[in-house]
Amino acid sequence: MAVDKLKKVPVREQDPQVRAHNFEEVCYGYNAQEAMDEASRCIHCKNAKCIQGCPVNINIPEFIAGIKEGDFAKAFSIISESSALPAVCGRVCPQESQCEGRCIRGIKGEAVSIGKLERFTADWARENGIHPEPAKELNGHKVAVIGAGPAGLTCAGDLAKLGYEVTIFEALHKAGGVLSYGIPEFRLPKSAVVDKEIENVRSLGVKIETNVVIGKSVTIDELMDEEGFEAVFIGSGAGLPMFMNIPGETALGVLSANEFLTRNNLMKAYRDDYYTPIHRGKKVVVVGGGNVAMDAARTALRLGAETHIVYRRSEAELPARAEEVHHAKEEGVIFNTLCNPVELIVDEETGWVKGCKCIRMELGEPDSSGRRRPIAIPGSEFEIEADTVIMSLGTSPNPLISSTTIGLDINHRKCIIADEDTGATSKKGVYAGGDAVTGAATVILAMGAGKAGAKGIDEFIKAKYAK
Amino acid sequence: MYRILYADKLATNITRMVVEAPRVAKHCEPGQFIIAKTDEVGERIPLTICDFDREAGTITIVFQPVGQSTAIMAELKQGDAFEDFVGPLGRPSDLIDTPIEELKKKNILFIAGGVGTAPVYPQVKWLHQHGITADVIIGAKSKEFVVLEKEFREVCNLYITTDDGSYERKGMVTVCLQDLIEKEGKHYDHCVAIGPMIMMKFVCKMTKEYGIPTIVSMNPIMVDGTGMCGACRVQVGGEVKFACVDGPEFDGHLVDFDQAMQRMKMYKTEEGRAVLKKTEGATFHGGCGNCGGDE
Ligand SMILES: Cc1cc2nc3c(=O)[nH]c(=O)nc-3n(C[C@H](O)[C@H](O)[C@H](O)COP(=O)(O)OP(=O)(O)OC[C@H]3O[C@@H](n4cnc5c(N)ncnc54)[C@H](O)[C@@H]3O)c2cc1C
Ligand SMILES: Cc1cc2nc3c(=O)[nH]c(=O)nc-3n(C[C@H](O)[C@H](O)[C@H](O)COP(=O)(O)OP(=O)(O)OC[C@H]3O[C@@H](n4cnc5c(N)ncnc54)[C@H](O)[C@@H]3O)c2cc1C
Ligand code: SF4
Ligand code: SF4
Ligand code: FES
Repeated sequence: MAVDKLKKVPVREQDPQVRAHNFEEVCYGYNAQEAMDEASRCIHCKNAKCIQGCPVNINIPEFIAGIKEGDFAKAFSIISESSALPAVCGRVCPQESQCEGRCIRGIKGEAVSIGKLERFTADWARENGIHPEPAKELNGHKVAVIGAGPAGLTCAGDLAKLGYEVTIFEALHKAGGVLSYGIPEFRLPKSAVVDKEIENVRSLGVKIETNVVIGKSVTIDELMDEEGFEAVFIGSGAGLPMFMNIPGETALGVLSANEFLTRNNLMKAYRDDYYTPIHRGKKVVVVGGGNVAMDAARTALRLGAETHIVYRRSEAELPARAEEVHHAKEEGVIFNTLCNPVELIVDEETGWVKGCKCIRMELGEPDSSGRRRPIAIPGSEFEIEADTVIMSLGTSPNPLISSTTIGLDINHRKCIIADEDTGATSKKGVYAGGDAVTGAATVILAMGAGKAGAKGIDEFIKAKYAK
Repeated sequence: MYRILYADKLATNITRMVVEAPRVAKHCEPGQFIIAKTDEVGERIPLTICDFDREAGTITIVFQPVGQSTAIMAELKQGDAFEDFVGPLGRPSDLIDTPIEELKKKNILFIAGGVGTAPVYPQVKWLHQHGITADVIIGAKSKEFVVLEKEFREVCNLYITTDDGSYERKGMVTVCLQDLIEKEGKHYDHCVAIGPMIMMKFVCKMTKEYGIPTIVSMNPIMVDGTGMCGACRVQVGGEVKFACVDGPEFDGHLVDFDQAMQRMKMYKTEEGRAVLKKTEGATFHGGCGNCGGDE
């Protein structure tokens, strides 16, 4: 069959009616033939704009050329030069605003499906047992990494490849960060994909010690002064949920997206064989419009609820990945845009939330973020019935580490101040990157920061011994 | 894995365990808690640190089966292990940071109800080690629910009261408090109350009238214990606080107990209710006498 050069080779997906009731992965991905067909749409541009769109500058035309030739191993080794988590990024990167957003093929017609091709390559490599190579010998230097999310895993993996003895300290009982506790199974399979990526990092010799809360179980100063770590990388993410501070918010049935998603993803409340309790709800309102809100809404839907998104700007401003919004709609999530909650109505007798009072909004002048500012329309209040309200308004970094580490500077948003190219912080030997530095961002940016941190730490330790 | 070095029963349904957790033992202070998980499918269960041994690297926990996960925990024996055991979490008790000289000037009273008796112990012991002898009221449903009596006798002036009068004094802890102050000439400058939410509520009501500053330890539903989920929200002085990082100890005169008690019901299923009723009383409900358990 001839490939339509203007259109993406369609990817097979689970039927929306069916998948709205299960937690299996929505998108099946390309098979080898489909991947080769899609790869043939790439024009191998000399001045490949797609590379500039990728935060870790994967050599996209080259890896796609590998697929086109059917040399998937070559494609994988090209991706691996720049990315440690391709099976994850291929699935969750906001490609439309990164690599694919710049694709020259996309000027006339649709961009090349770079994300899906990356995913195909990584899945193929995993299924064919291709693993990264551990370092030939250790260099005798110990580095500690805090947090086993994308930033920490990437930093640890890079350092281990250079021969460092790396230990990751993770507060939760499981590694992965947001990949494990936040992003749901139906978008990013846990045992099939995430756990395998973590295994790869372990197979490079990285030790992962779970159940260690830095700042509580042990401090950074102790790691360096007493446990012999010469440098520390902080990749602790931005995990603190925000609430709206409106009346009714402490009622029963009102919870943060973090709580809802952690119960369901990390602690598998949706499965009968786990003891985790979760409130399923009959009518769920999710407040917010980002990836987290989409994930919470689609999870609530799968647990059997009628689910509404309440978002204060218009649909065009939804910050979530386009694909997630599209999938959410297909599955039956109802979007109430241009409205904002002002109060949660509580049943006096039971203490449960029973409704969400909203006010309609209109868009005014653009604000500092360049998006048009939503303004409330006086007198336009109305009520949405709800027995569960999930707040998904964004997150900020946890002060546990910054408040217990002497000499570590943070900014007014509680983010750790770190150099973009090296990850260096105000404290000697301490590096940082990912959401802990930028505030909530993306997997690929966190990974990029982990790479930069590994480079910074390597240079720091080498310089120390060069004298 | 975190090995259980010792396990016994303090009362028919109250289990004590000594668990190997060197990182926790090295850093913990009275007032803090841990989160334990038995295996892959278990829940994350927050439990107060009841004692610790820095040298041996061990933590003592005392708990009562409430639902499925704590029931499974109670089945574990010496030699078994927890898959996960994380801590110390929460802030240490404020007493630890108060200068000793200042504490010595104060008459300090602890009021403990049910399983809440166990978490009071490290604080009382800590004061004793620093040359301060506090008064302690332990409230229990009846004689067989009085725990750690011997341990307490060694470190404080102990008053025991049982709902049914089967041991020492008779009546609720609030009755005992009232008697001590009004009939026995006691005077207190500081009170720490740990027990069922309802007990803490009524103790706080009374100490407010007497003008005694009172600290309580909140035990709301928790998930991560690090400030990440907000499940543990409590209203204190009109502000929302996360008990796991801002607490678990708060000024009892500022806590909205009615709301806190309501929030505990979040995951209360019919099944859970039945279990609670049968084993009489929710968490910490060894029976302080102030409430009918779950009713
Ligand atoms: C629900 C959800 C959906 C998302 N969807 C997307 C998406 O589709 N695409 C995308 O690109 N991005 C998405 N993101 C954002 C992306 O996941 C994050 O930007 C990324 O995970 C940040 O990586 P990180 O390594 O900096 O931090 P995290 O992934 O947050 O990892 C930090 C780790 O550090 C641990 N930690 C924290 N404090 C301590 C401490 N004191 N001691 C020890 N360990 C500690 C945490 O437990 C955690 O495991 C989503 C985020 C969420 C929450
Ligand atoms: C900081 C902190 C310290 C604690 N210290 C101790 C301690 O030292 N000893 C001890 O025995 N317990 C303690 N608890 C309470 C203990 O964590 C709960 O009893 C336990 O989580 C119940 O778990 P479960 O899975 O067995 O019950 P679940 O199956 O979760 O619940 C069974 C039933 O109990 C209800 N329930 C759930 N959690 C609580 C709770 N916290 N209180 C009352 N009812 C509840 C549920 O709604 C359900 O109906 C503490 C709690 C906190 C937050
Ligand atoms: S890592 Fe993300 S941005 Fe880079 S090529 Fe892959 S999908 Fe695109
Ligand atoms: S810009 Fe598009 S067409 Fe050009 S090399 Fe990149 S993926 Fe291929
Ligand atoms: S238990 Fe999650 S924030 Fe306190």
